[in-house]
Amino acid sequence: MDTLIQQGINAISLGAIYSLFALGYAMVFSILGVLNLAHSAIFMLGAFFGLIAIDQWSLPLWLAFPIAMLGAGLVSVGLELVAFRPLRRRNAARISQLISSIGAAILIVNITQLIFRQIYNSTEAYLPRDLIPSDPIVIESLGLRVQPVRMLIVVIALVLMVLLQYLVNRVRIGQHMRAVAFNQRIAALFGINVSRIFIFTFFLAGVLGGAAGMFYGVVFLNVTPFIGEDVALIGLTAIVLGGMGSIPGAVLGGFLVAGLQIFSIVIGGSSFRNAVVFLLLFIILLIRPQGLLGQPESTRA
Amino acid sequence: MDAVLTPLLDILRPIGITEPVLQFMLVNAILGVSIYLTLHAGMFSLASAGFMAIGAYVGALLTQQSDWPLWAALLGGMAAAGVIAVPIGLPTLRLRDIYLAIATIGFGEVVRVLILNFDDIAASVLTTLQGERVRFRLIEGARGIKGIPTLTETWHLILFLIVLGYLLTRLHRSRFGRAMAAIRQDETVAANMGINVVYVKNMVFILSAVLAGAAGVFSAHLTRIITPAAFGFDKAVDILAFAVLGGTSTWIGPIVGAMVLTAMPEVLRFLKEFRGVFNGLVLLVVIVYLPGGLVNPAGWSRLWQRLGRAQTASPSPSTGVD
Amino acid sequence: MLELNGISQSFGGLKALSDVTLSVPEQRIVGLIGPNGAGKTTLINIISGLSHPTSGSITFAGEHLHRTAPHHITRLGIARTYQNIRLFGDMTALQNLIIAQHARGHASLLDAVVFAPRYRREERDLYQHAEMLLERFGLSGVAQIAAGNLPYGDQRRLEIARALATRPKLLLLDEPTAGMNPAETRALGEQILRLREDGIAILVIEHDMSLIHQVCDEVYVLNFGQIISHGTPNEIKADPAVIEAYLGSDDDASA
Ligand SMILES: Nc1ncnc2c1ncn2[C@@H]1O[C@H](COP(=O)(O)OP(=O)(O)OP(=O)(O)O)[C@@H](O)[C@H]1O
Ligand SMILES: [Mg+2]
Repeated sequence: MDTLIQQGINAISLGAIYSLFALGYAMVFSILGVLNLAHSAIFMLGAFFGLIAIDQWSLPLWLAFPIAMLGAGLVSVGLELVAFRPLRRRNAARISQLISSIGAAILIVNITQLIFRQIYNSTEAYLPRDLIPSDPIVIESLGLRVQPVRMLIVVIALVLMVLLQYLVNRVRIGQHMRAVAFNQRIAALFGINVSRIFIFTFFLAGVLGGAAGMFYGVVFLNVTPFIGEDVALIGLTAIVLGGMGSIPGAVLGGFLVAGLQIFSIVIGGSSFRNAVVFLLLFIILLIRPQGLLGQPESTRA
Repeated sequence: MDAVLTPLLDILRPIGITEPVLQFMLVNAILGVSIYLTLHAGMFSLASAGFMAIGAYVGALLTQQSDWPLWAALLGGMAAAGVIAVPIGLPTLRLRDIYLAIATIGFGEVVRVLILNFDDIAASVLTTLQGERVRFRLIEGARGIKGIPTLTETWHLILFLIVLGYLLTRLHRSRFGRAMAAIRQDETVAANMGINVVYVKNMVFILSAVLAGAAGVFSAHLTRIITPAAFGFDKAVDILAFAVLGGTSTWIGPIVGAMVLTAMPEVLRFLKEFRGVFNGLVLLVVIVYLPGGLVNPAGWSRLWQRLGRAQTASPSPSTGVD
Repeated sequence: MLELNGISQSFGGLKALSDVTLSVPEQRIVGLIGPNGAGKTTLINIISGLSHPTSGSITFAGEHLHRTAPHHITRLGIARTYQNIRLFGDMTALQNLIIAQHARGHASLLDAVVFAPRYRREERDLYQHAEMLLERFGLSGVAQIAAGNLPYGDQRRLEIARALATRPKLLLLDEPTAGMNPAETRALGEQILRLREDGIAILVIEHDMSLIHQVCDEVYVLNFGQIISHGTPNEIKADPAVIEAYLGSDDDASA
């Protein structure tokens, strides 16, 4: 019973990271209708910028965190300008944009790898152990021990999600985003600057993805140029599960996938945790491609 | 065959293409054709790496454990990939573009993870069946299979590609090939023209898997060692890059793309260290500036015109700026 | 030849067709008119198998079409054109007509690989038939031009030729004269009449009443998914329900 609750808490903090990450995918998909496979590289950059800020510039965590988010957001905007906009201008197929985002991902990961080699002489680096006090918080009445990092992550992630919800529903630019997501041409007719909305969307997606990456680094204390690959397919599964382009779906999907992973580790050992996720991805696509919260894509003749 | 090959290699060696490099270029050319087939029928599938893995493992086990000759193992690996393609294709090919891409990525990962855990799974199945602890070691998980005999020879690959090239030219002049092209252009209309879209797509998927399986068998008998890591998402993206670089308007495109991309780091030595950066750049630049790939006359002339216009426009005095 | 019985179709909450009963007899030209959004294209999509009705039955030449796949329907002898032209734009006009004969051929990939006599004979027939159709629709001169680059009128005619290339018994035309000038429309009307002579039954959706008068033996009027009138072109013109439907619907079609 103890371990079950304990694992549940682990699943929630992991789920918070996945959800933040998946939100970036979902936002770009809902507004531009394309899949940005370079989002996992942005995730990695979040962790990388955090590492540089803490390890090289000796900044405190509370400062490193916004730097990582901002840096990831800016690179994400760069993606829009370099990998997506030129193709959109040419009316290229969605698949071409998928391919260019794969190219961008490879480029970012490899450039980061070169920088890693320069700085650390290896493709791996560690964050200081005492970054966050590691004495677990003990909740006697429930018999629980919770690591402060995990608490912190869940709290910040929830704050970010609430902020996003507020932004999309209450602030003008958020309303414009929804208008563009609904119909680009009509939004443009109403005088909305669609290009600006796209840039803003990529920025937000990058900020969220960067935050997720930074968290990931802080939890595992280990950063490599390849951590994006760990989560790329997990994030995809999360949005497919929740419904491509559905914002609440991405959050739900992130938590469900994390729960499933932790559950399958408990049941079958860690080597199966990804197999279970991909199997789920496969099955969802086959029986309910619109996901749990998505609308079916109409097949008009 | 040697009479042709030796002089050819004498020409290629000075620019950095040795026989092993040439062999990998040819294996990758087969993979290029594998993905070309699906793309040419309008299916964006990234499953080739997974089928290559199946071919490689089945082929390696057949020669190493059962002492089959290469040609028999080749048929075995191709057949295995083709048979597995049937239950995978039937449900997945209902999906379109991005969804199909994601599903096939998922398939590749499932194959990889299954190979990683195959021995453990088999052991636990046998243990429950026999009621006592059974040890099972066959494909060695992440460590991979070692000591595969190097049976593949360059002329095997050349011969295979020549036959393949002939089949492809005939394919494009057949009912089946025309149906593929029609489906790529407009699936709905193709169905209204009397084409059984589900059948054609599944057949193409199987053919593509069979070719990837062949490439897997050949490459396993070149590298001597195979590990599941060699057939993951990275490999799927490499294969996609062959088709993107070469273009898919003709079957020559992906072959050229595969050979150029494979040879590049060998020919341009300084690229070795930046290989990954270069691969990313190629995908990005080609898809943005040369959408039809290298083998695409129309694309080149468009690019040429654009560059031409830029050149004649910039020095013209009427612009007035600097 | 074609019988629709009580066809209904709903998309979510929207009832696009309700209880449509209609028949196209052999060697007849039947018109289907109605204001925008009445459900005409939806009906053609159902007949050609692109979507399946929520309820109702379809029989064609004595066969029940229940959730039959579109390629199978084509093989039974129903062909169609599209309201928004849907040619294979990257392929030449000739290639479009070759592909449309897919179901006529039997040569396998293997036949093509070994140049089997069956394959050679079949290819010759396909090309001959395609060239005959090109000539008939005045497209011989543009046979080698990519369909997407043809002038609009040629594209419309090529689409009809392509539908005919499947050798249908029943042809469904969805606004074949959209965007044509009166002279072109008239000429197309002549072509349609000639098809009837060849023994093909036709169901034609049209907004242009002059074409309806020129070719149709009988006309059905669809409004908000329901058949509100059926008769000869002249009877329809005089039906108050039809006039009401067009005037009441704010539609500028020349009814
Ligand atoms: N796949 C679909 N999903 C949802 N609604 C649809 C679908 N197809 C058609 N509709 C709706 O059904 C109604 C009938 O459409 P349809 O295209 O059949 O009209 P139509 O009579 O052909 O009109 P027009 O003269 O403009 O071509 C419309 O309200 C349309 O929006
Ligand atoms: Mg219509």
